[in-house]
Amino acid sequence: MTPIGKVLRTTAFKLSAFYLAVFTVLSLFLIGYISFNTTRVLARHLNDRIETEIRGLAAHYRKTGIRGLVRVVDRRSRQPGASLYLVTDFAGNVLAGNVASLDRDVFDDPDGRPRPVGYRRLDTGDGDISHSALVRVFSLRDGFQILVGRDVGEREHLKRTIGSAVLVAGGTIILLGLISWIFVSRRVLQRIDSISATSRQIMDGDLSGRLQVTGTGDEFDRLAESLNAMLVRIEHLMSGIKHVSDNIAHDLKTPLTRMRNRLEIAKRDERTLTDYKRSLEETIDEADQLIRTFDALLMISRIEAGSTGAAFNPVSVSDIVTGVCELYEPVAEEAGIGFSTDVAETPPVEGNRELIGQAMANVIDNAIKYCATSTAPDGPKIAVFVRHDPDHITCTVVDNGPGIAGPDRVRVLERFVRLDESRSEPGSGLGLSLVDAVVRLHGGRLDLKDNEPGLKAVLSFPLRQGKGQA
Amino acid sequence: MRILLIEDDREAAVYLSKALREAGHAIDHAADGEEGAHLAAEGAYDVMVVDRMLPKRDGLSVVEDMRGRGDDTPVLILSALGQVDDRVTGLRAGGDDYLTKPYAFSELLARVEALARRRKPGEVETNYTVGDLVLDRLSHTVSRSGSPIVLQPREFRLLEYLMKNAGQVVTRTMLLENVWDYHFDPQTNVIDVHISRLRGKIDKGFEHALLHTVRGAGYMISDANR
Repeated sequence: MTPIGKVLRTTAFKLSAFYLAVFTVLSLFLIGYISFNTTRVLARHLNDRIETEIRGLAAHYRKTGIRGLVRVVDRRSRQPGASLYLVTDFAGNVLAGNVASLDRDVFDDPDGRPRPVGYRRLDTGDGDISHSALVRVFSLRDGFQILVGRDVGEREHLKRTIGSAVLVAGGTIILLGLISWIFVSRRVLQRIDSISATSRQIMDGDLSGRLQVTGTGDEFDRLAESLNAMLVRIEHLMSGIKHVSDNIAHDLKTPLTRMRNRLEIAKRDERTLTDYKRSLEETIDEADQLIRTFDALLMISRIEAGSTGAAFNPVSVSDIVTGVCELYEPVAEEAGIGFSTDVAETPPVEGNRELIGQAMANVIDNAIKYCATSTAPDGPKIAVFVRHDPDHITCTVVDNGPGIAGPDRVRVLERFVRLDESRSEPGSGLGLSLVDAVVRLHGGRLDLKDNEPGLKAVLSFPLRQGKGQA
Repeated sequence: MRILLIEDDREAAVYLSKALREAGHAIDHAADGEEGAHLAAEGAYDVMVVDRMLPKRDGLSVVEDMRGRGDDTPVLILSALGQVDDRVTGLRAGGDDYLTKPYAFSELLARVEALARRRKPGEVETNYTVGDLVLDRLSHTVSRSGSPIVLQPREFRLLEYLMKNAGQVVTRTMLLENVWDYHFDPQTNVIDVHISRLRGKIDKGFEHALLHTVRGAGYMISDANR
C-alpha cells in the first residue's frame, strides 16, 4: 500500500474528513441563512424609507405645488448622506435633484415597485463613479414625475463582508480539521497502535505483557484495564494448566512405571495361571486408581478454572451433609470409629449438590482413614456439625486422630501433597485439594485447625451470595 | 438380546462386540454416526450403546432423532466427558444411562442388561419376590419365610433396587447412582459396607444366601441355589 493510501485508510483521517465536511456544510448553511435574512430585512427597510419619503413629497406637492416641491427637494438633496432625488417635468427636463445621470428607462415604468439601477451623483466629488441604488418613480399631476432612491452601497458592503467571513470561516475550519486530525492520529491512534503492539507481543507467547494505563481514566484506560484484567485471568489459567501438566508428568509417571514393571515381570517369569490372573487383577486395580487420580485432577483444574459448567441451584447444605453422613456412618462403625452428627437446618444456598457432596465425602473419608490410628483413651471418634449464622453456613468435621501439624495444614491443600505418615494409605493426595477447590467455587473457604488432638476441618459457605469464583 | 453398538474406535468396538457376544448377545456395529442412525432406523434392537463423539454425526443427535421418531429403544451413552453436566446433557438428549470412559466391561454389561429389562413391558409391580424373600413396595415391608425384617429406609431402597434387578449383576456405581443418587467416586468402597449390613439382615440365619457378591463386577440377588 502506498504511504498516502495508508494515511487515507486510517480512522483518524476518515474521522477528520467526516467532521470537516459536517462543519463546512453547517457553517455555510449558517452564514447563508444569516446573510439571506439580513439582506431581506435591509431591503424592506430601504423600501419603507423610500415609500415614506415619496408619500411625504407627494403630500407636499399637493399642498405647495411644484415650486414648493422643488424647494424641498433642493434642500434635502444638499444634506450629507441624503437619498437620491429627481424631479422632472412632462418633457423629462430636470427641475431639481442630486442625480447627474441615470438609466432613462427608469421613467418608463412609473409607480412600480422600487428597483435597482445604476446612477451618478451630482453633489459629491466622485461624480464620475457609477453607484447603484434602489429607486422608485412616482407620477404627480400635470406630467411631473418624482424619483426617490437610496444608495445600496451599504448592502453591497455587507455582501462583501459576508463573503470574506465565508473565506475566513472556511479557512479556520480546514485549519481546525487539520489540527484535530493531527491530534487524533498522534494521541489516539498512537494508543491504539500501542495496544496492538502489546497484543502482538502477547500473541507471540509473552503472557506477562500488559497494556499501558496512562491514568487519565479515559475510555482507552478503561479498555486497557479490562484487557489487562482479562490477561491476568488468562495468565492465571495458563499457569494453572502448566502446573497441572507438571504434576501429571511427575506423579502419574510413578504408578505407570510401577504398572509397567509388574507386567514385565509377569511376562518374564514362568508362572501358574493363578499368578497371571493375580498380576492382571493388580494391574487393573492400579489402572483404576490412575484413572481416579486423573479424574480428580481434571475436576480440580476445571473447578479452579471456573469451567465445570456445573449448574448452580438452591441446595440445602444440611440435606447434603446428612446424606453423605448416612453413606459413611456404616463405614466408620465398621472401622470401629464412633460417628456422631449434629446437623442444624440451613437456609438454601446457590450450589451444586454433587460437588458439595463430593467435598463432604472427601473430608469424612479422610477423617475415617486417619482417625483409625487414634490413641485417644475413649477410642477413635468423628463428629460432624452443621451450623449457620446470618452470613455463613459452616460444616465442621472433627476427629481425634493424629491431626496435621501446623505448617503442613496449608501445604496439604496443594495438589499431590501427601504427608509422609500417610503414604501407606491408599489415595491420590488430591482429596483436600478438591475440597478446597469446591468450597472456593462456592465463594467459601476451607480451614484446617487443630482439634487437640486431631483435625478439625471447617467448610464455610457464604449465605446470600451467588456463585463465587475460585 | 440384539444390541446396536455405535462406536468409532475400532479397537474398542472389536473388544466390546466380542465380549458382548460371549455374554450371549447379538451385536451390530456401526463405525460412524450416519451408519448408526441408518441401522437404528431399520433394525429392531433391544438396547443401543452409542458413543457420544462420532465422525460424520454426533451421537447425541442420533439419539435425539430416534426419540423424535418415537423410538424408545433404551440407549446407553458412552463418553469421555464425565463432568456433572455432561451426564445431564446426555440424559436430556434422550439417553437412558450414561457411562464415562474408561469403564470396566462388567460395568457396561450390567448396565446394558439393566436397560433391556427396564424396557420389558410391565405393569408396575407392587411386590418383588426372590425365593422366600418378599418386598412389598406399598407397605414398605420386607419378610423372609414369613417373618418380618426391619430395614432402615436406605436399606429398603437398596434391597428394592437389587430385587428389581433380581438375577442380574448390579455394580457398585449403579447402586451409588440409583440408590443414593450420587455420581461421584466415594473412594472407599462404602457400598460394600452397606451391602454387608443388608446381608446381615436378610441372609443371616438362613440356609440359602440370596445376596451374592459377583467378583470383579458387583452384587446380585437371586434364588439360584434352589
